[in-house]
Amino acid sequence: MTNVVTLKINDQDVSGRDDETILELARENKIPIPTLCHLEGLSNIGACRLCLVEIKGMNKLLPACVAKVQEGMEVYTDTERLQKYRRTILEMLFAEGNHICSACVSNGRCELQRVAQKLGMDHVRLEYRYDNRTVDASHERFALDYNRCILCTRCVRVCDEIEGAHTWDVMGRGVESRVITDMHQPWGESETCTSCSKCVQVCPTGALFEKGKAVSEMTKRKGFLAYLTSMREGLK
Amino acid sequence: MSRQITIDPVTRIEGHAKITIQLDDAGQVQDAHFHVTQYRGFEKFCEGRPFHEMPSLMARTCGICPVSHLIAGAKACDALLAVRVPATGVHLRKIMNLAQIAQSHALSFFYLSAPDLLLGMDAEPGQRNIFGIAAANPEMARDGVKLRQTGQKIIELLGGKRIHPNWPVPGGVSSPLTAEKRDQMLAMIPEAITITRRTISWFTSVLGNFQPEIDSFANFPTLFMGLVGKGNTLEHYDGPIRFVDRDRAIVADGLKHADYQEYIAEAVEPHSYLKSPFYRSMGYPDGIYRVGPLARLNLVEKCGTPLADEVLVAFREVDRGSSFHNHYARLIELLYAWEKIELLLNEPDILSDHVRAFASPNNEEGVGISEAPRGTLIHHYEIDRNGLMKRANLIIATGHNSLAMDRGVAQVAKRFIKGDQITDGMLNRVEAVIRTYDPCLSCSTHAAGHMAMRVQVLAPGGEVLSEVQRG
Repeated sequence: MTNVVTLKINDQDVSGRDDETILELARENKIPIPTLCHLEGLSNIGACRLCLVEIKGMNKLLPACVAKVQEGMEVYTDTERLQKYRRTILEMLFAEGNHICSACVSNGRCELQRVAQKLGMDHVRLEYRYDNRTVDASHERFALDYNRCILCTRCVRVCDEIEGAHTWDVMGRGVESRVITDMHQPWGESETCTSCSKCVQVCPTGALFEKGKAVSEMTKRKGFLAYLTSMREGLK
Repeated sequence: MSRQITIDPVTRIEGHAKITIQLDDAGQVQDAHFHVTQYRGFEKFCEGRPFHEMPSLMARTCGICPVSHLIAGAKACDALLAVRVPATGVHLRKIMNLAQIAQSHALSFFYLSAPDLLLGMDAEPGQRNIFGIAAANPEMARDGVKLRQTGQKIIELLGGKRIHPNWPVPGGVSSPLTAEKRDQMLAMIPEAITITRRTISWFTSVLGNFQPEIDSFANFPTLFMGLVGKGNTLEHYDGPIRFVDRDRAIVADGLKHADYQEYIAEAVEPHSYLKSPFYRSMGYPDGIYRVGPLARLNLVEKCGTPLADEVLVAFREVDRGSSFHNHYARLIELLYAWEKIELLLNEPDILSDHVRAFASPNNEEGVGISEAPRGTLIHHYEIDRNGLMKRANLIIATGHNSLAMDRGVAQVAKRFIKGDQITDGMLNRVEAVIRTYDPCLSCSTHAAGHMAMRVQVLAPGGEVLSEVQRG
């Protein structure tokens, strides 16, 4: 049974259900919180840490996409401390991969690029890793550019939760982590992939794209997710 | 005692380079060289990337002529796809390529070389720039800005932005032209033509002041190379390759783009990062050839547009072995570009939305050749079965002129530099011969770095005796 709770976000009185996340309630009230791994219609995993918020009386920062609202909570979504952390997180994403916007299929349509612009990330103060990463272009229609992957795992979740194929997964630990298809086989040799392209459409960057797209041409269509999830809700 | 003069950096060119001039014991010029001092490595870091990225990625070689690289790169990708680009796609690419040539020629003539031509080779160095032009002849400065703007505006109207428009793509262009934009472009052409004709009249009126320069600015026999259009006319987008000799007699004709390695070989000189291509069957260095505006006009019978063909008649009378006349040829090509753009914009199918052909890669190798402002541009890509780049080879317009620039520097130095009293005007002429080629060194070495160029005079032992550095 759900109860109604009242709390404050950025000193504004708001109320919601106690099974809602801070992110859901904030967005209902048009309070922006940046996200990258979160996508409406998929489960939340709190991977990117961009949605961290401050709670009064708590030293620990909480990811708004998974933290539930509580009665009397006082949440702050845009403090100086959070701005500093978010910018650092973004800089680490850029320093870790090879995000060459000017030659990227998603240039101008990329969620990472958009968030970076919005949060004023005009420089990367960390040293770039210049990691030598590859492109898996073995699939007939799609390709995976590891240089652009930020490990948000939207592809893993959409393939598992919506398509039900679970072709994608994550292998390795720390900076060695990477998404893989099947048992780390080339994508084109995957037996489970249905070539539905859901992973490509939900990928926030140019990591997953349709072959044949030139620079700036990769438009992602995420609309299907709302139709599929609402249809399934109706069937329950 | 012998000495060496170094001009470093050479100014008013694109990219950076230096010139060294070797003097003998009597103070006479013994030898001189043109050194390109930057290295970049585009051919290397494109390896492993999807080939569809190549036109835009390779265009990042240069901010002046990104369109030229986009065109040659897209053409190389067409060859990988093995498709025929729809006619409207070809016309639209041609318009953008001509707009690029026009804006670059305007930059070269008005901003980089006109200071020498208007103010004189011996003018005060602080005045020899576009601001000096604006002070001495405001109309000319405005004309230069206007022509460059017209070319850039056409590029922007077609591709969405002036620099690095990602619009030429494998198989064609990414979006069709609208009637509104076509009309906007057409409205700009008459003024551009008027300005260009005015500039040609002025240039021919002062030509007589530069006879010593015409005689010595890389004025020697070489081959000329470039594309030739149907009916023996000027061509910048497609068409077979032709070589002619000093007397404009055909040496080789109808050469296929895909076979370029059969007739062009590249030599490496220890003093420069710029490779020196030569005509293979004549060997190195006898196979020296030139490309660019002068070469293109030396290859063909006529331009193919009425106004440009009119001025071509007078051009035929000048000494067409001198690279000084690249300036003249550049102005004629400017006129041709506006006329040709107008013709193409009036093509009945120019607004068609069939502007792109689609396919998966069908060939593992593709060569794309087009004419950049400075000359013939070659992109050669090899891919694997999945469409990832295995190898790229680029031969940039400026590269073809490497041998001729090197030899031209020596010719000018010998003519103008007398060891005991070296004036700035002498050294400026040594730089000016390089400017006639309008070299783009950042393109031609596909390298990274800061701008500009220097002249050095060296003793036989190698010690630097005199050095001019600018920028």
